[in-house]
Amino acid sequence: HGPYQPHEPGYGLYQPGYSPYDDQIPDPKSRMLAIQNAKAYLLKSSSASGLNLYDHLANMLTKILDEQPTNAVDIIENISKDVKWAHFQKKMDTLRDEHEILPTFEAAEKRKALFIKANGEGDEELEEEIGETPLPNVMETAFYFEQAGIGLSKDESYHIFLALKKLISVQPIQTCRFWGKILGLEMNYIIAEVQYHEGEEEEETEEEEVIEEGGKGMGEVEDEDEKKEKEDEPPKSTYKPPPVTPKEENGTGANKYVYFVCNEPGKPWMKLPPVMPAQIVCARKIKKFFTGRLDAPVVSFPPFPGNEANYLRAQIARISAGTQISPIGFYQFSEEEGDEEEEGGGGRDTYEENPDFQPLSVAEMVGSLSTWVHHGQSILKQGRCVWLNPLQKSEEEEEEEEEEKAEDPNELQQEIGPPLLTPLSEDEGIQNIPAWTAEASTNLIPQYAVAILQSNRWPGAYAFASGKKFDNIYFGWGHKYSPENHTPALPPPVQAEYPSGPEITETRDPTLEEELAFKAAREEALAAAEEEEDEEDVEDDEEEDDD
Amino acid sequence: MEAASLPAALELAAGGGVGLSLEKRAVLGASLLLLQRDYRFERVWFWGCIQGVRGAYYIAEGLGPDRAAPRSRLYSLNCVEWSLLPPATEEMVAQAKQLKGRFQGDPSFEYEYTEINAEDAERLFEDGKEPIIKEESRLVATIEQIDRAVGIIPRGAFVKTPLGSVRENRNFEGLSLTEAKKLSSYFHFTEPVNLKNKTLLEKADLDPSTDFLDSLEHDIPQGSWTVQLEKGGTVVVLRSLLWLGLTFYHVPMTKQYGYVYFGTGEKNLDLPFML
Repeated sequence: HGPYQPHEPGYGLYQPGYSPYDDQIPDPKSRMLAIQNAKAYLLKSSSASGLNLYDHLANMLTKILDEQPTNAVDIIENISKDVKWAHFQKKMDTLRDEHEILPTFEAAEKRKALFIKANGEGDEELEEEIGETPLPNVMETAFYFEQAGIGLSKDESYHIFLALKKLISVQPIQTCRFWGKILGLEMNYIIAEVQYHEGEEEEETEEEEVIEEGGKGMGEVEDEDEKKEKEDEPPKSTYKPPPVTPKEENGTGANKYVYFVCNEPGKPWMKLPPVMPAQIVCARKIKKFFTGRLDAPVVSFPPFPGNEANYLRAQIARISAGTQISPIGFYQFSEEEGDEEEEGGGGRDTYEENPDFQPLSVAEMVGSLSTWVHHGQSILKQGRCVWLNPLQKSEEEEEEEEEEKAEDPNELQQEIGPPLLTPLSEDEGIQNIPAWTAEASTNLIPQYAVAILQSNRWPGAYAFASGKKFDNIYFGWGHKYSPENHTPALPPPVQAEYPSGPEITETRDPTLEEELAFKAAREEALAAAEEEEDEEDVEDDEEEDDD
Repeated sequence: MEAASLPAALELAAGGGVGLSLEKRAVLGASLLLLQRDYRFERVWFWGCIQGVRGAYYIAEGLGPDRAAPRSRLYSLNCVEWSLLPPATEEMVAQAKQLKGRFQGDPSFEYEYTEINAEDAERLFEDGKEPIIKEESRLVATIEQIDRAVGIIPRGAFVKTPLGSVRENRNFEGLSLTEAKKLSSYFHFTEPVNLKNKTLLEKADLDPSTDFLDSLEHDIPQGSWTVQLEKGGTVVVLRSLLWLGLTFYHVPMTKQYGYVYFGTGEKNLDLPFML
């Protein structure tokens, strides 16, 4: 391949002084020609994209010299790609893009709505608010928990604070507390624990009664239809379902507090239904993640009686019963003692704040677990806090059936749980792990440390105490800790069929010979019987004759 | 998460409720920097915290010039003094898989084997070793398992250079909002396992400089990741359901991303029942 001719594309690309043909002095005119050829080549537009290399290289070099990135040679391909991409972004036409309405904008709207002060309040109401308000000081609690590294980010806490304020302004609430956050698959739950003013809850129970009466009306209509068909009815099963344990009254036991949930601060608060003992018993046997939608079905075995709202309420009840603790002495029993006998030894279930509470030092709170007590009533195996015999009928029926009761094979033993305000040192651990881990928030500054307790049985439940202040909170997935793997309940054994006996066992049909033999034998027997009768008659006659 | 962006990152990953106390945050800023100086790491990542019964382990990882090389891991009980952990071996991981229950919080605690095969027991007695495992080995093995199983990065954040080493991609501008909600935009930051099983057609679409890792799409069981938008939809948070406590966050269209583990260090073997 000899020296490149002016018309060839390789011409003029070699550096002067380094080409192998430098002994030939190049013609300056042909040099200029070579340069022009090269430039013309570079200016040739691409048939595919309409760009040309000359302009592209010029743009790229301009961009590099403007921005001066370090190690430009390493990212040169990306710069080239960016320049090409930028070229195509220029919209030369008059059509404009519609502004994208991102879902983030809507969410931001909702969060902003929290911060707008309602305009309907007059000055008089402001004065009332400065007094006692049910709104808890979420930021103060968050501050104490933050000393131990527990809690949400500050602005999420503040949003929750404002969302609770909105809840209080809508519902007639006496006390309110931020219970915690439960994580879910699609969305999370933020939970508020609330107590209504007395007398405000009756609306709910009326609705339930109306529904029940409606159901009974339907039942009567159905009975009439059934009577007409009584002749052809298949045999009724003798299965009696076990009696359903009635739920506890609102305001007592497991239903002491009402819970409201929302997915994100800014979204509307939804009330969770009261919990039934059957739901708690079932929730103990299953372990499912929450999806974040309250109406999602809970698919499990044993089948959970309810949807996710009920499962959530049952888990909240279990967690509250197991992990709501307070420093000893903060709560005390109220002074009336006349009720002990009537409750059948079930223990006292009301407590009040102790006005003479003397807080213990942080070292004492952390050192031993007997300085903390449960103020959440524990749930019995039955699913209630106060034991109730489900076979107990009303008093009138009791008198009639007293005799039968002794024969009842399903007599239930009364269940007793630990009484209220038991110290934590009585809590069972799991294998060799204590039920609670206690530590001070900081070892470097013991004067201002906060005592922090973490539950090992319900991972995610925390409590802090500092001087006269304490609180409980839950951040987690909502499940109990078990070192063993979860074994789901096995399906019940296959029901036994009818017991086989001779009356329903099929026998083989007799063959022809057997039938004939049987017939012959019967005829013989008949003939023999007749002869005997004849003989007897004859004998009787003879006897009569003898007399 | 990067040590340099620790304060902001902790705020973004705080949706799970567990984080670091103010004291620890303050001291980590200084002690991680000193770690970088002492061990000559190029990058230091704060990996997270494993909660034991009596104490907690704080873990940091150091990366060298090749970001995909095996990382050095260090642990501390108080975030002030750090000790280097031995590199994880397959044997350690296999032994630690047999252990159940919480960490104790004391690195010299010794677990006793409760169930071993007859063959393993014979082998051990022949070697003269006693069937015990130290908590330190269990810690190493657990961190290795977690990193291998659920340590993730967004697609495009790292590039493989032609020489084989992996570096950060300086042109990574963040995933868009639609991309960030898909599981296929995140990769496991560990040796790929499924990559060679892809069909030729799929491989043709891949860009070898950025798509050299396994994506999360084909993780077993399906649904073991939750993808949520938090803070009004401005942060994408992925949480692993297999190792409860691992949180990955990313702010779309920015370079902020990272993962951190705050948990008890136990695998959630009940996952198939819970979904």
